[in-house]
Amino acid sequence: MSSEAGQQHPLGIYYKIWVLLFVLSTFSYLVDYYNVQGSMRWALVIIFMILKAGFIVAIFMHVVWERMALVFTILGPPVVLLLLISFMAVEGAYTEGTRFDYMGHDRNAVALGPNDIHHEDAGHGEAAEAH
Amino acid sequence: MSELAVNQAQPQSGLDGLVDDWTADKQTYHVPWGKAMMWIFLVSDTFIFTCFLTGYLNVRMTTTQPWPPQSEIFALSFGGAPIPLILIAIMTFVLISSSGTMAMAVNMGYRKDKMKTFWLMCATAAFGVTFVSMQAFEWSKLILDEGVRPWGNPFGAPQFGSVFFMITGFHGLHVSAGVIYLLIVAFKVKRGDYDKKGFEIVEIAGLYWHFVDLVWVFIFAFFYLL
Repeated sequence: MSSEAGQQHPLGIYYKIWVLLFVLSTFSYLVDYYNVQGSMRWALVIIFMILKAGFIVAIFMHVVWERMALVFTILGPPVVLLLLISFMAVEGAYTEGTRFDYMGHDRNAVALGPNDIHHEDAGHGEAAEAH
Repeated sequence: MSELAVNQAQPQSGLDGLVDDWTADKQTYHVPWGKAMMWIFLVSDTFIFTCFLTGYLNVRMTTTQPWPPQSEIFALSFGGAPIPLILIAIMTFVLISSSGTMAMAVNMGYRKDKMKTFWLMCATAAFGVTFVSMQAFEWSKLILDEGVRPWGNPFGAPQFGSVFFMITGFHGLHVSAGVIYLLIVAFKVKRGDYDKKGFEIVEIAGLYWHFVDLVWVFIFAFFYLL
């Protein structure tokens, strides 16, 4: 049962997917590079992520060519994880709300970046980064 | 004897095949046992990484302190102005390159081209070492230059450090283990250990390697980009 066929496919499809993964990764990176923000950022990053993950699983891991019994074993159980993610998201939003509403945490706090931090110790950090 | 006859019959495909594979008194998966076991391991690993990422989702949502700006923290300067997130982008490309060479290695394995399989697996392992080295650089930069710790950092929410070290650390561990696994299989291929058994082992090792790349796709999106 083992070696009569294996997973042998023309090389061309691997090259195409390889190039496609590079292109999709570049697109995700450009989302950050051009500083796209808000819901557009989420949409683009998640679309590129799902496409990349899909191509890796389907083609590189050969799942499109596997028999249904194995495909369902692989893709079925992780579906319950979506339930975990949605429960934890609901719970997280609730916890955050109570912290703002009852513990007086600041809704408008802003994060610091490396430049804000290293500014104070006489450009030491910037000098170190430049080399 | 009857079991043998059943196993040799041409299995049906599609939905009928699904029902038949699970209900008939015979082997369910028509793949080598090692491959089925690798897939079951990978499914369990999916649960581990998803639990980590879900934990990250939860602490990031619940913390009321601002999340540190990843784009600036992982910027790197090559003489000029810092380029945002460039180190992580390069690491992503290195890992995708390794996935490509691994896919080629699997293909060459099934063509019984042992030397090409060996060298492509070595190239994959070399990309893996490059990735881990860059990660070591990233960790030391964050720990030594930026003062990021699992319990706090100068930028914002202290959870940033614990999430970062746990998730990228666990992924880096997978890459390192993968490099060792690939090299062992590569040398056994070269030595001729699989000449009679067949080269499914290369595909099985490849499944693990592609999974490591797959996990990185999610870490790249959720931890570094969003």
